Amino acid sequence: MIRFDAVSKQFPDGTKAVDELTLEAPTGKITVLVGPSGCGKTTSLRMINRMITPTGGRIWIDDQDTAEMDEAELRRGIGYVIQHAGLFPHRTIAANIATVPMLLGWGRRKSEARALELLERVGLPANYAKRYPAQLSGGQQQRVGVARALAADPPIMLMDEPFSAVDPVVREQLQDEFLRLQSDLGKTIVFVTHDIEEAIKLGDQVAVLRGSGNLAQLSDPAQLLAHPVDDFVADFVGKDRGYRALSFQQSPQFPLSRESSVPLGATPAQAAAAARDGWVLVLDADRRPLGWIEPGRITAPVRPEMLARGGTVATAGGPLRNALDAALSSPSRRGVIVDDQGALLGTVRAYEVLAEIEERARPELDEADLERAGLRPVEETPG
Amino acid sequence: MTWLRDHFVDVLGLAGQHIYLAGVPLVLGLLIALPLGWLASRYKALYPFLIIGTGLLYTIPSLALFIMLPLLLGNGVLNPINVLVAMTIYTVALLVRTVADGLGAVPDAVNQSATAMGYKRLRRFMSVELPLAVPVISAGLRVAAVSNVSIVSVATLIGVSQLGSLFTDGFSRAFLDPIIVGVVACVLLALLFDVAILLVTRLATPWQRAGSPTA
Amino acid sequence: MINRIIAWLADVTHWQGDDGILRRLVEHMEYSAVALVIAALIAIPLGLYIGHTGRGRFLVVNAVGAARAIPSLGLLYLAFFWLAPRLSGEIAFLAPAGLVLVVLAIPPILSGAYAGVEGVEPAVRDAAVGMGMRGTEVMRHVELPCALPLILSGIRSAMLQVIATATIAAVLGLGGLGRFLIDGLASQDFPQTASGAILVAVLALAVDMVFALVQRSVVSPGLTGRYGKVSL
Repeated sequence: MIRFDAVSKQFPDGTKAVDELTLEAPTGKITVLVGPSGCGKTTSLRMINRMITPTGGRIWIDDQDTAEMDEAELRRGIGYVIQHAGLFPHRTIAANIATVPMLLGWGRRKSEARALELLERVGLPANYAKRYPAQLSGGQQQRVGVARALAADPPIMLMDEPFSAVDPVVREQLQDEFLRLQSDLGKTIVFVTHDIEEAIKLGDQVAVLRGSGNLAQLSDPAQLLAHPVDDFVADFVGKDRGYRALSFQQSPQFPLSRESSVPLGATPAQAAAAARDGWVLVLDADRRPLGWIEPGRITAPVRPEMLARGGTVATAGGPLRNALDAALSSPSRRGVIVDDQGALLGTVRAYEVLAEIEERARPELDEADLERAGLRPVEETPG
Repeated sequence: MTWLRDHFVDVLGLAGQHIYLAGVPLVLGLLIALPLGWLASRYKALYPFLIIGTGLLYTIPSLALFIMLPLLLGNGVLNPINVLVAMTIYTVALLVRTVADGLGAVPDAVNQSATAMGYKRLRRFMSVELPLAVPVISAGLRVAAVSNVSIVSVATLIGVSQLGSLFTDGFSRAFLDPIIVGVVACVLLALLFDVAILLVTRLATPWQRAGSPTA
Repeated sequence: MINRIIAWLADVTHWQGDDGILRRLVEHMEYSAVALVIAALIAIPLGLYIGHTGRGRFLVVNAVGAARAIPSLGLLYLAFFWLAPRLSGEIAFLAPAGLVLVVLAIPPILSGAYAGVEGVEPAVRDAAVGMGMRGTEVMRHVELPCALPLILSGIRSAMLQVIATATIAAVLGLGGLGRFLIDGLASQDFPQTASGAILVAVLALAVDMVFALVQRSVVSPGLTGRYGKVSL
C-alpha cells in the first residue's frame, strides 16, 4: 500500500505542483492518476520514488516513511516505467532488462536468466535478447521497459504514461497484455495518464486530479462514469458516459435466437434458403462468424470479399457494452454472440439488450460522495 | 606598446594581407562546398565518400599542406596562391559536411509542399532549401573562418607574409611586443570575421528573429 | 622534383641515426601521445562533470571558440619567451611546446565529453536514476558509454591538432618530424622539406585511421548502428 499524507510540492519559483494530496493506492491494485496536463499527476508519481522531493507531507509505503529510506535502495525496490521507455541505447535488450538485478548484485548468470524469462513474459522472442534498443519498434521498446521494471520482482510499479507514445492499435495491445500480466502478478501499481479512456480501462481505482494536484474524485471506473462529483470531472470524463459505463456491467444469459448459417462457397440458393429477413451469417470451419451476406444480391457461390464486415461480435457473459454494440453494428440488426472460443452461440436484438439495461439499477453513490453532494441515501422500497 | 604605435601601418598592411588569405578561401570554399554538400544530401550513397574524403583532407597538418601544394601545383613555395588553395581545401573539408547536414535538416514537409506548389528542383533549392539551411551553414562558416585566420599565420614559416610574420619577426629578434600584437590581432580578426558572418546571416534570415507568437 | 624527393626518402642514411626519420617519427609520436594523455586526463573528467551537473557550461563554449581563434605559432613563441628563461637544458624547449600542445588539445576533448554527456536522452537518464543508480553509477554505466562516441571524436580532433602543432613546434628546437620541414626550409633543402611534409601528412592520416578503428571497436553497436549479423 502506498499512502499520500497531505503531500505538497512547491517548486522554487513558487508554483504549487501538488497541494496537500491525500490518497491511498491499495496493495495489488492499479491506481490511475489522471487529469489535464499540469495537474500534478506526474509530480505526484515521481514523489513516490523520490525522483522529486516533496516540500510537505509524507508518503508511506506500507508502514515505512519513504523520506527516511535511502533513495537508491528505495528506487531499486520499485519498478519504474516511463513514456519513451528510456532504454539504454548502448546496452543489449537482455542487459537493459538485467539492470536492477545487476545493481542488486545478483550476479551475471542469474540476472541474464531472469532477463530471458521476462523477455518471454512480455511477449518478445528470445532472440531479441542480443539486439539493441534502436533495432526495436516503439511498442517493442515499451515492452522491454516493462520487463526491465519487473526484473527484480518489485512489489510496486510506477508507470508514467507508458503507452502514450505508441500508435493506437499497439497501445491497445499493450494495455490488454498489461492487464493480463497484472492479473498474474498482482503488483501495487500507480499509473499516470492524461487519457481518461486508458484510466477507465486499466484502473481498479481512478484518481481524477485538477490543477496543482487537487484530488477531484477517487472512485472505481464505473462509479466515475455514473457519478462524476462535479462539472470538472463530468467534463473531463467526457461524453457517452452512459454508454461507456456499460463496459463495467456483465451481460446476463440473453435468450439467444438460433441463427442458421452457411459456410464459404455456399451457392446463392443455399444462402437464400438459410436467410432470415434477407441476411444470413457466414461461418468458417470452426463455426466462427466471418460476416453477413444478403443472398438476394449474389449470383455466385459465397466468397470472402462479398461479406459485409461491419458487425462486431460479443462474447457471452462479456460487458453489456459489447453486446449492445454487436446488435447496433450488425447489418441484419441481429447482434452476434460467441463463446470463449469465438464460435457462434446465437444472436440478440438491441431491444433485448436495452431491456436488460433498463432492469439494472444505477451504481449507488459512495457514502462520502452522498454526504458531499448533500443527498440522503435512497430508502430501499419494499418490493 | 610604443612598438605598435611605430609600426601601426605595417601591422595594418599585414592584417589586410591576412584578411585576403583567410577571406578569399572562405568564399571559394563555400562555392565549392555548396554543390558537393547538395550531392551528399541528395544522394545518400555519396554521403560517406564525400564526408570521409573531405575529412581526410582536413587531417593533413597545415605546414605540410603548405609545402606539398607547390609540388602539386607546380609553382614556387613563396607563392601566396599555395596558401589560398590550402585554405580553400580546409574550408571545403569543413563545409561539405555542414552543407549536407544543413540541407538534410530542412523539414521534409517544407520540401514536399514546395514541390506540390510547382517548384522545379533548382528553383526549390535556391529559394526554399538553401535559405532554410543558412543558419546551419553559417555556423559552419564561422568555425571555418575562425580556424582559417589562425591557420593562415603558420604560412609565415614558408615566407608568405601576413600577421604571422610578426611572430617570426619577434622570435628572431627575441622581442615580445610583435608576438603579442600578432596574437591579439589574429584573435581580433577572427572575431571580426565571426561578427561579419553573424550579421550577414541575421540580415539573410529575418524569420529567425521573428520569435514565437505573442500569446 | 618528385624524383629528388623520392631519392631523399629512399636514402637509407636519412632513416637512421639520432636525426634520422625513424627517430624523429618516434619523437613526434611520443610528444603527441604524452600531450594527448595529459589533455585527456584533464578534459575528460572536467567535461563529464560539466555535462553531468550543467555547471560551467559557459566555460566549455568559450574555451572551444577561443582555442580555435588563437594562432598556435604565436602561442608557441609566447610560451617559449615566458618559460624558457625560467628553465634550463632540454626542458627549456620541451616545456613550452608541451604546454601549448596540451592547452590546444584540451578544448576539443572537453567539448566532446561535455556534449556527449549532455546529449544523453533525458528519458535515459531519468530511467537510470529511477531504477536506483547513484550519481557515479549513472556516470559509469550510462553517461560515459553513451558519451563515448563524442569523447573519441574529440580525442581524434585533438590528436590532429597536436600532430600539426608538434610539427610547427620544431621552430623552438623541438625534435619530431617538424625538424625536416623547419631545417629544410632554413637551409633551402627542398627535397628534405617536402619529404618531411609527406611524412607528417602520412602520420596524421595513419593515426586518424587507427583512431577510427579504435572508435569502431570500443563504441557499443547500439550507438553506432553497426549491429553485425542479426537475423530479423
